[in-house]
Amino acid sequence: MSVIKRLSGLLMVFALLAGVNNAYAVIETYEFDSVEQREQFSRMNDVLRCPLCQNQSIGESNAPIANDLRREVHRLITDEQASDSDIVDFMLVRYGDFVLYKPPLDARTAALWFGPLFILLIGLFVLFRVFRSINFSEPDEKMNQQDQETLAKILGGKQS
Amino acid sequence: MKRWTLFLPLGFFLILCTLLLAGLFMEDKTVLRSVLLNRPLPEFSLPVLEEERQVTQDEMKGQVYLLNVWGSWCPACKAEHSQLVNIASDGFSIVGINYKDSPELALNWLSHSGSPYLYNIQDTDGRLGLDLGVYGSPETFLIDQEGVIRYKHVGILDGKVWNEKVKPLYEMLEEEAKL
Repeated sequence: MSVIKRLSGLLMVFALLAGVNNAYAVIETYEFDSVEQREQFSRMNDVLRCPLCQNQSIGESNAPIANDLRREVHRLITDEQASDSDIVDFMLVRYGDFVLYKPPLDARTAALWFGPLFILLIGLFVLFRVFRSINFSEPDEKMNQQDQETLAKILGGKQS
Repeated sequence: MKRWTLFLPLGFFLILCTLLLAGLFMEDKTVLRSVLLNRPLPEFSLPVLEEERQVTQDEMKGQVYLLNVWGSWCPACKAEHSQLVNIASDGFSIVGINYKDSPELALNWLSHSGSPYLYNIQDTDGRLGLDLGVYGSPETFLIDQEGVIRYKHVGILDGKVWNEKVKPLYEMLEEEAKL
């Protein structure tokens, strides 16, 4: 068997495993009144981060707490007709900013939002200064009158 | 051009490295700061495990106590148990939240290994836990006499955390309550 065949076989296995993994993620089946609610549910599942698992959304995680939060999101959507921001607020009050992948923009997170831009600007500024300071003029350009006088002074008038 | 400006990017890079490195080692990132600090306990009305009665957040005001979230299914909670028994025997008040547990198993465990709790609030579906931002038991809250959450510890309340952080705060709140 060629290497490529083996590799593609291996990739298939990985793809299958990934698929199996995803299939495990959300086992419960929820009922919804409308397609919009179902879409909202899956949207919120992606936006909200599982508080226990560090870097999985509540839709991806099998942790009991993620399960609880999914149930709660479902309840908020179907029973209380909550909007996206209602659901986010509900979670923020209990779990803080961590529960969102995208931190809100405020005084505490300003550095997070604008820091990279700031660093980029500094880099561009320095680059600009470096390029401007490089002397592209002819190296054997003739000295002007003032330069010649200065040179003469340094040499102590020996040339004149 | 001033020579030193050339070193600005390097300087920023080093500062960034220091910050990232510090962030990596500084604190335990599995512990989230509770947003509920200095907020009153959420509203609830739940059955008490040991008796035939309901309890609400308002009835719990008037004294300083620890609120310990536990379940008989949770190995870390069992590991924590003897420490809680010690704390209770030193005269500190502990109220339990029996979190997502079956009453039979919970009572069984308590009669088997001794109960450090004044009583336990039955949070069978984990709804109170959710309102408290609980994400991994055991978790222990310190509640003041006004029913306000003053401290939260996630994980086992070991001797070090108790003696160095929670106990001094508990005693301070008790002093406050006497004034």
